[in-house]
Amino acid sequence: MTWDRRTLLKLAAGGGALSALQPLLPAWAQTMSRGVAPTLPTLAGPDISLSVGHTPFQLGGRTGHAVTVNGTLPAPLLRWREGQNIRLAVTNTLDEDTSIHWHGILLPFQMDGVPGISFPGIRPGQTFVYEFPVRQSGTFWYHSHSGLQEAMGHFGPLIIDPAGADPIAYDREHVLILSDWSFLHPHEILRRLKVSPGYFNQQRTTIAGLISGEDRMGVAERQMWAQMRMDPRDISDVSGAAYTYLVNGHSPQDNWTGLFQIGERVRLRIINASAMTNFNVRIPGLPMTVVQADGENVRPVETDEFQIAVAETYDVIVQPREDRAFTIVSEAVDRSGMGLATLAPRPGMRAEPPPLREVPNLTLRDMGMDMGAMDHGAGHDAMDHGDMNMRDPSLAPPNMAVGVGVQSISPAPENRLAERPMGLENVPHRVLVYTDLIALTPNKDPRPPSRTLEIHLTGNMERFMWGFDGRRFSELVEPIRFERYERVRVTLVNDTMMAHPIHLHGHFFELVNGHTGHQPLKHTVNVAPGGRLSFDLTADNPGDWAFHCHMLMHMHAGMFNIVTVRPLDGPSS
Amino acid sequence: MRLIAATIAPIVLVTAFPAAAQDHAQHREQTVQADPHAGHAPTPPSGEPTHAADLYFDPAEMARARERLRIENGQVITSAIVIEHLEATFGDDEEGYAWHAQGWYGGDIHRFWWKTEGEGAFGDKIDDAELQLLYSRAVTPYFDVQAGFRQSYAHGEDRADLVVGVQGLAPYWFEVGAAAFVSTEGDVTARAEAEYDLRLTQRLILQPSAELNLATRDIADLALGAGVTDASVGLRLRYEISRRFAPYVGVEWESALGETRNIRRAAGDDIETKRAMIGVRTWF
Repeated sequence: MTWDRRTLLKLAAGGGALSALQPLLPAWAQTMSRGVAPTLPTLAGPDISLSVGHTPFQLGGRTGHAVTVNGTLPAPLLRWREGQNIRLAVTNTLDEDTSIHWHGILLPFQMDGVPGISFPGIRPGQTFVYEFPVRQSGTFWYHSHSGLQEAMGHFGPLIIDPAGADPIAYDREHVLILSDWSFLHPHEILRRLKVSPGYFNQQRTTIAGLISGEDRMGVAERQMWAQMRMDPRDISDVSGAAYTYLVNGHSPQDNWTGLFQIGERVRLRIINASAMTNFNVRIPGLPMTVVQADGENVRPVETDEFQIAVAETYDVIVQPREDRAFTIVSEAVDRSGMGLATLAPRPGMRAEPPPLREVPNLTLRDMGMDMGAMDHGAGHDAMDHGDMNMRDPSLAPPNMAVGVGVQSISPAPENRLAERPMGLENVPHRVLVYTDLIALTPNKDPRPPSRTLEIHLTGNMERFMWGFDGRRFSELVEPIRFERYERVRVTLVNDTMMAHPIHLHGHFFELVNGHTGHQPLKHTVNVAPGGRLSFDLTADNPGDWAFHCHMLMHMHAGMFNIVTVRPLDGPSS
Repeated sequence: MRLIAATIAPIVLVTAFPAAAQDHAQHREQTVQADPHAGHAPTPPSGEPTHAADLYFDPAEMARARERLRIENGQVITSAIVIEHLEATFGDDEEGYAWHAQGWYGGDIHRFWWKTEGEGAFGDKIDDAELQLLYSRAVTPYFDVQAGFRQSYAHGEDRADLVVGVQGLAPYWFEVGAAAFVSTEGDVTARAEAEYDLRLTQRLILQPSAELNLATRDIADLALGAGVTDASVGLRLRYEISRRFAPYVGVEWESALGETRNIRRAAGDDIETKRAMIGVRTWF
């Protein structure tokens, strides 16, 4: 029997025997999933009711406190169709305000769901009705934009089917929504980071690691990092010491399983809904063809592993031709843990998961230092950076506040879009890089940018302060202003040693990655440590929009601003 | 020891420093302005609302939400209680106890900070103890300037001082601090401290520490002579059962120096003490 899409539709419509067994998981996220049906009747448009509330969440014999939508973690899969008018009535049963932001969706700003920018938020007991036309298709997600509720489970996947034929051919699809769950309240995680920035890092360099050689770092290099007061193992602020990495709400032990028939083209819609974790995703033994990034189709590109930053989505096609199970590995970039799921022809199968790989060491490139200029001669000389000023205010834009919140300013930030992401530099297989992404259809706006804008991503890891251009949003910063329809090249410079997935609401921007005319459209881009990148933006969606780092703790610590697009009135494009 | 000398230098500057630092910081916080890079960007046309959502929702409700958004994205208030040392000590001829703790409440820049330390012999009165209540202000990425009051008890007497100091993280990950104390009697003393965490493994940490004290003139009540009065060096080996709970063993050597050494020797007091300790480091 073939589980084709029509059969699955019937199965899904047939009702929820499995749901009764696992009431905390929506059907598509049940431990064993035959595949997502094109339409799940109760959760498809045009009218959807959602209820935000408290739910106990069980994992590994412990029970934690989750904030959920319709009582499940992750939240229900929403399935819309391009061209549809969608109405979503969201009721708040919490004792605090809540909200839902439709991540990556092009809509009127007052429907974007950011309290304090788009609307006032949803107060306890209230119902807010979102209503807007669906203008796009692809894989997206939705989550709370109130406090740190997203880190407590308030997120879910969102699929929009195209109005016409889907250029991506597939026989079956599965959603994989990656997340990081902690029994610690996110506010307590943040407090511990403020008290002790290395609190969750259990992989720091040690004397034992020096003697055994396991640290892969000699004395001179250690001295250099120590002199700079920088930790070469500061890759993720929060690690597997606090997090269990989930796939569709399942721990590695739970082993969420998606089924396939041999030879089928299986579309995996992968969403990183983590609060603080970038993942490296691979399926040992199974090449993946990337067909979509951030909900926008790209020219198919085959790879063996890719990094997915917080808030990004990637759709890949896999075509398993063997009668065996495959493990889908989502390894945290700091190698402190991994999420695991299985693709199998039958339930109950499992492939041996690979071991965690060794933790990467940061390099001077991650400090935005030019290794080429410094590496003159012996390796030891390369480490002798004594003359290099890692906080030279003259390298900052004139408006940047070079204060307590700016620990360093990248002296020579490089465009790292063609580089393999951190930790994957030397893996013995293909790795997706940002320059591999080419938009499937030509970019709509051929105009060259009329101006440029440089924004620095700044931070002080010792104080766990984060901001744009040296300022936390709470310091009453000026918004970033765009004239409606103007085309601007925005350059992001990462002055920190951490990766920052930067998200702009209400728009897609074109990543300037060398494919002029076919620049990939993104709603979130990960700015590598010490790196710089540019995107071209046509500011065609009037209103006020959030612009922030999607590492939730970085945002909460101040890496946030408002983008205004004016005038509000005028002809639509 | 070079490190300790380096940490003392700021003491001289410290009385002039806070005012300057404050001006500087205020200047920084007030220079919030439009992005000059956006200089060619449009200013909102007249008739356009400052906040677009005010067109669709009650402006008062939006104002409330905006303020909440501002606070939620950067204005993080934290508090902490850090018990650096809480220990039983075993000296040449007596067994005692000692503590050293600090904590704060506040934001990234401005904090209320407190510190306390003291020691005594089991079965006897407290030898000495002090409590500092400070306003702490972050002035550089790694350093805070602190000012406030100290109430102390030593040599059977209560004393009160004004305190001005700096505290922070020096290159090579040395935690350092230096403070000057001006008593109600007009005596000026100073203290510099440094410690370092040497990670042997992820959980086993060797912590050398040093402290140096000074007085600007002889202080008879405290049996102190002008100049460097005393120094101590410690070494503690802790095991972090968790990051927030680490028992340790250690040794500490303390010696009176300079004129103070002579004064104490003449009085028949100890001029050098060596002790071992077991204790716990913990924070909340």
